[in-house]
Amino acid sequence: MPGSEAAPSPAAAIRVVPVRHYGQWVATALVLLVAGLIAVSLLTNPRYQWDLVFSYVFNAQILAGLATTMWLTVIAMVLGVVIGVVMALARESSNVVVSTAASAYVAFFRGTPLLVQLIFWFNLAALYPVVSIGIPFGPTLFTESTNVLITPFLAAVLGLGLNEGAYMSEIVRAGLQSVDSGQTDAAHALGMKKSQTFRRIVLPQAMRVIIPPTGNETISMLKTTSLVSVIAIPELLWQAQAIYSRTYQVVPLLITVSLWYLLLTTVLSIGQYYLERHVTRGDSRRTDRTLLGMIARGIVPRHAPVAPAGETSTERTSP
Amino acid sequence: MTIESAPVLVEARGVHKAYGSNLVVRGIDMTVRTGEVMCLLGPSGSGKSTFLRCINHLEKIDAGTISVAGELVGYRRQGDRLHELRDAEIASRRSDIGMVFQSFNLFPHMTVLENLVEAPIRVRRESPTSARARARELLDAVGLAEKADAYPRSLSGGQQQRVAIARALAMRPKLMLFDEPTSALDPELVGEVLDVMRGLADDGMTMIVVTHEIGFAREVADTVTFMDEGVVVESGPPTQVLRAPQHERTRSFLAKVL
Repeated sequence: MPGSEAAPSPAAAIRVVPVRHYGQWVATALVLLVAGLIAVSLLTNPRYQWDLVFSYVFNAQILAGLATTMWLTVIAMVLGVVIGVVMALARESSNVVVSTAASAYVAFFRGTPLLVQLIFWFNLAALYPVVSIGIPFGPTLFTESTNVLITPFLAAVLGLGLNEGAYMSEIVRAGLQSVDSGQTDAAHALGMKKSQTFRRIVLPQAMRVIIPPTGNETISMLKTTSLVSVIAIPELLWQAQAIYSRTYQVVPLLITVSLWYLLLTTVLSIGQYYLERHVTRGDSRRTDRTLLGMIARGIVPRHAPVAPAGETSTERTSP
Repeated sequence: MTIESAPVLVEARGVHKAYGSNLVVRGIDMTVRTGEVMCLLGPSGSGKSTFLRCINHLEKIDAGTISVAGELVGYRRQGDRLHELRDAEIASRRSDIGMVFQSFNLFPHMTVLENLVEAPIRVRRESPTSARARARELLDAVGLAEKADAYPRSLSGGQQQRVAIARALAMRPKLMLFDEPTSALDPELVGEVLDVMRGLADDGMTMIVVTHEIGFAREVADTVTFMDEGVVVESGPPTQVLRAPQHERTRSFLAKVL
């Protein structure tokens, strides 16, 4: 303060006392108490069997399950993103038949539980015993039993991917709608073709809105793959179940599995943090979230902020 | 060479445009010659911005024709029918017409320099090196050479609009369209944008300017056209239309804005 040295104002001697938040002190004490109780229980309750938990972390069967889980996540997300982009564009189509069909797709796959869809795909042969390829109402070129074609793994990929596509289409659509129409006007006025405008101008801006919830979807998908254990896909949870059905070490194995899920979601959250930072460059409103905050979002991804466009809700009902 | 004897660059005949049942442009005839600066005045809702957007086919017209440099914009004539052109052909015709928008519409994910070189490189297939060199010249001309690597969001409205003008000029357009270029600006920033436009007019650029800046129209325009309810009410040199308007509607509009 330039003036304060020359003539010290009496106001400088007055101290500012912030409001005391007694409620916060109580909350802090409570949290510390509960955390302490949990810690003591984790360390002293022998039924956690920590030695068993850690002995299974690098078990060959668990690692094989982990690989399957990661593969399923990648394939289902790729399928989901591709379907999502196609369905988002279809819903924006000026052709009413096309846009209605896309809406129906989204309504169906979002409106029924994923677990039901998975079991449905697994039992597709009950509905269509054979799959034939041919000219409609004409000759058949190829016929195969559905049970041979739709392996459990394919049923899992179809179930997860088609369901994800419905959610992704809403995310992509919100992203495309978030780009101001003035941007397309400007690009067209400069002589850019529709495809160039989409690729160079609209999509990069939509990505800022699309990437964060897609990261959340990926993290969510990693955990959702555990559902396919019900159709006997040997993923992480199924392998753990296979072991504990022999050994009855249910809790230690569930903890082992949880540790792996937690590690993978943490890694994905860190990746998401850097990806989001990359796509929001040039944006002065960019959110400087902390890395720890992002990791916390991975642990509780459904609490993550929704896309700025805000119209699309991506909550899904827990199966 | 006076404007009257210069070749015709823009010719509009009987242009109609409706949104649903709402007729916005109802039969506009207009001629703009090479090097001419035309200011379009009129109350809001008079259809002047819509007509401007029809010139580079950002809006499809329902009836009539608009040609720029002898070519129909957006259509091909076969006998007495107009067939809408394919996207690539429309894009190529638009590339000769620069446009500046009220809300600037700079590409926010690109730096100022990237905004300027995007279309020259992607549409004109210019080499990146020469496109960048020309972009820097244009930025220098609008007084923003030092902002080449800034992102649009960090610029003031006046600076953004000057970048937008430079971006349009990077395509070496034959015609520049301005859609209320200063309406979204803080009053103290209007002058810097009008100065750039005045410089362009002095360099002989053909310009159609939708504006509420009567002072700019009086000083820079060769022709002032007053529109109301989708039609041209009167058109002529600024001395005539602004000083001695012939129509009551023009008089009452000018009385309100002056």
